[in-house]
Amino acid sequence: MPREIEFREALREAMSQCMRDDPRVFLMGEEVAEYNGAYKVSKGMLDEFGPRRVIDTPISENGFAGLGIGAAMMGLRPIIEFMSWSFSLVAADQILNNAPKMLYMSGGQFGCPIVFRGNNGAGGQLGSTHSWCVESLYANVPGVKIVLPTTPYEAKGLLRTAILDPDPVFFLESERMLGMKGDVPEEPYEVPFGKARIVREGTDCTIVSFGRPVHFCIEAAETLEKDGIDCEVLDGRSVRPLDIDAIVKSVRKTNYCVVVDQAWPFASISSEIASQVHKRCFDDLDNHVHRVNADDVPAPYAYNLEQEMLPNARKIVEAVRSATYQA
Amino acid sequence: MTTATQPQAEENLAAKLPPDTLQQWLRDMLLIREFEVRTMQAYQDRKIGGFCHVYIGQEAVAVGCTAAVEHKDPIITAYRDHGHALARGMDPRYAMAEMYGKIGGCAKGKGGSMHLFDKPNNMFGGHGIVGAQCPLGTGLAFATKYEDEVMKGGTNTRVTLCFLGDGALNQGAFHEAMNLAGILDLPIIFICENNGYSMGTAISRGTTMGHNITSKAAGYGMESAIIDGMDIFTVYNGMKPLVDRCRDTSRPIFVDMRTYRYKGHSMSDPRKYRTKEEEQQYESNDVIDKLANWLMQEGHLTEDAYDKLVKEIRKEVRASMKWADNSPEPDIKELYTDVFVEEWGPFLGTSPPQIVKDAEGAGNDEDDDETREDDDD
Ligand SMILES: Cc1ncc(C[n+]2csc(CCOP(=O)(O)OP(=O)(O)O)c2C)c(N)n1
Ligand SMILES: [Mg+2]
Repeated sequence: MPREIEFREALREAMSQCMRDDPRVFLMGEEVAEYNGAYKVSKGMLDEFGPRRVIDTPISENGFAGLGIGAAMMGLRPIIEFMSWSFSLVAADQILNNAPKMLYMSGGQFGCPIVFRGNNGAGGQLGSTHSWCVESLYANVPGVKIVLPTTPYEAKGLLRTAILDPDPVFFLESERMLGMKGDVPEEPYEVPFGKARIVREGTDCTIVSFGRPVHFCIEAAETLEKDGIDCEVLDGRSVRPLDIDAIVKSVRKTNYCVVVDQAWPFASISSEIASQVHKRCFDDLDNHVHRVNADDVPAPYAYNLEQEMLPNARKIVEAVRSATYQA
Repeated sequence: MTTATQPQAEENLAAKLPPDTLQQWLRDMLLIREFEVRTMQAYQDRKIGGFCHVYIGQEAVAVGCTAAVEHKDPIITAYRDHGHALARGMDPRYAMAEMYGKIGGCAKGKGGSMHLFDKPNNMFGGHGIVGAQCPLGTGLAFATKYEDEVMKGGTNTRVTLCFLGDGALNQGAFHEAMNLAGILDLPIIFICENNGYSMGTAISRGTTMGHNITSKAAGYGMESAIIDGMDIFTVYNGMKPLVDRCRDTSRPIFVDMRTYRYKGHSMSDPRKYRTKEEEQQYESNDVIDKLANWLMQEGHLTEDAYDKLVKEIRKEVRASMKWADNSPEPDIKELYTDVFVEEWGPFLGTSPPQIVKDAEGAGNDEDDDETREDDDD
């Protein structure tokens, strides 16, 4: 039965349903239990599952990330919450050196079925230490799956897939979307990784994005429609695995491509996609792939500077116009 | 929850200071309190964005500790940093404008509440990542000692104060910094502002030996002390001898500074993890009242003078808000300044904020002028 719930409730439901089914699943992180989650994602979970399965940690990201990885090596299915992915940087050694490489390093003996999840991206004037978009940075590392949900429906299905997945998954939520409402079925379901979702069909230009900026793409597509530019918007869902086939298929139809990526432009998801599209669609493209990224500077605090730095619908509209020679 | 235990009565050094010094402390604490009350209002009015953590209740720590060191001694702290910045002498206009995201802010609006920096006053920041300032503090102490001993061939002259919250005790960065400070004999005092909670986590739930955190220092063979941070006399009397010893011996020290934050962790904290009685117990024994009462008893302050002081400070803070309001938003070009020192590609080099220009204009000649060449844009 679909009903309208918040993004945060969809995340909670995915975790709770998995925990009911599988005693190996537990949730650990800062303020997840007694405080009911710094952003209320885990509200009520301590009451239902008790303190052995919903576990508060000290501010020790490197410690509890590593603890989770060790537990996963033993066969448990940890969900580790980072209050913000910005704080995952102090756990970089564990999440980048150990989680993605354990299976390989042990010759297939020890897998690492773990989910790291939390807020990613600008939360609104949090300054440069707290506004990290880690997807491009972490996508460089082989062995991780990186997922960015865009709606409550997607969030619930993708998080379930993440928890059931036998490999480490980085699940990147956005503080700015936790209150967003949408239709979500009560029963458990899975949404696959590596399968892009066509959010809006169109014939004139392909716009590809992940996570929160997908909503800016939709907004831009609506504006452009009024000018007679009919955009196709793809939500990639996961950056690793990347559904390049779906992107290629769309670009072969539209002949134009704009990639929208909230991380910095250098060595990023958008530069990777541009490179792959240039290779696969060399003869189909009527212009080079255009990219919309955050500006190549640390995130500023001031409201006007931050707004200017981040991708938004206006910048996407401009990029599409420029890409399709209608600037 | 730790209740602040009264440590051994030390020699009352503070009471022997000239009354105007203690009056200045009162002024500084009142300024921080008023500044924070106004900060909370400005946050409600959406003049301030992002995360914002006020210092109300802990004023005696920043003021007492900075009083125990010299202006040339570097200080560094975490994101609850307004009090340290003001105690160190930052003009409240620059602090307020920073939080308003205006060009007049100490970092031209680019850092925000959690990242206040004041180079002319040797305040090396507010730092947003829990524990991150501890290795940095170690580096400041390394540098002062290096300059004094290696480059100038003398002996160490400066002490670094590195403030941290009790939550930072659980970060690896803190432990690595403690070990390095010990191994390298660095003149640094780690002051743990132990307010009993990191967000909603009482110290006993987050930290082993939470009832006696000086045991952490023992593990590093480091001298330590427990100081009552709810009274500026105990802060100063406790800190002054430690600072003197640290300067003389160039050995690190760890302080368990028992304090309390009257307000929530940040602007959105319902404080369900502690009782109203506990809060009232601290608030009814307020740090500022204590000093004001003492000054009155000793005949160094009249009710009238106190009222006048309060009014004066209210005016000063209100003026800082007005100044911040009137300060323009940073030009969009500021996105591309201060990324690199030199102009390069889209990057526009650096330009000093008002706070630095003013200090230079005032002929504020610090003895570390040679480290300032990046201000000459
Ligand atoms: C590495 C890291 N993890 C988590 C956070 C989020 N966070 C900010 S403040 C805080 C609590 C810190 O408490 P404490 O160190 O006691 O300082 P206090 O707030 O009491 O001054 C947490 C968890 C962070 N900023 N950095
Ligand atoms: Mg604390």
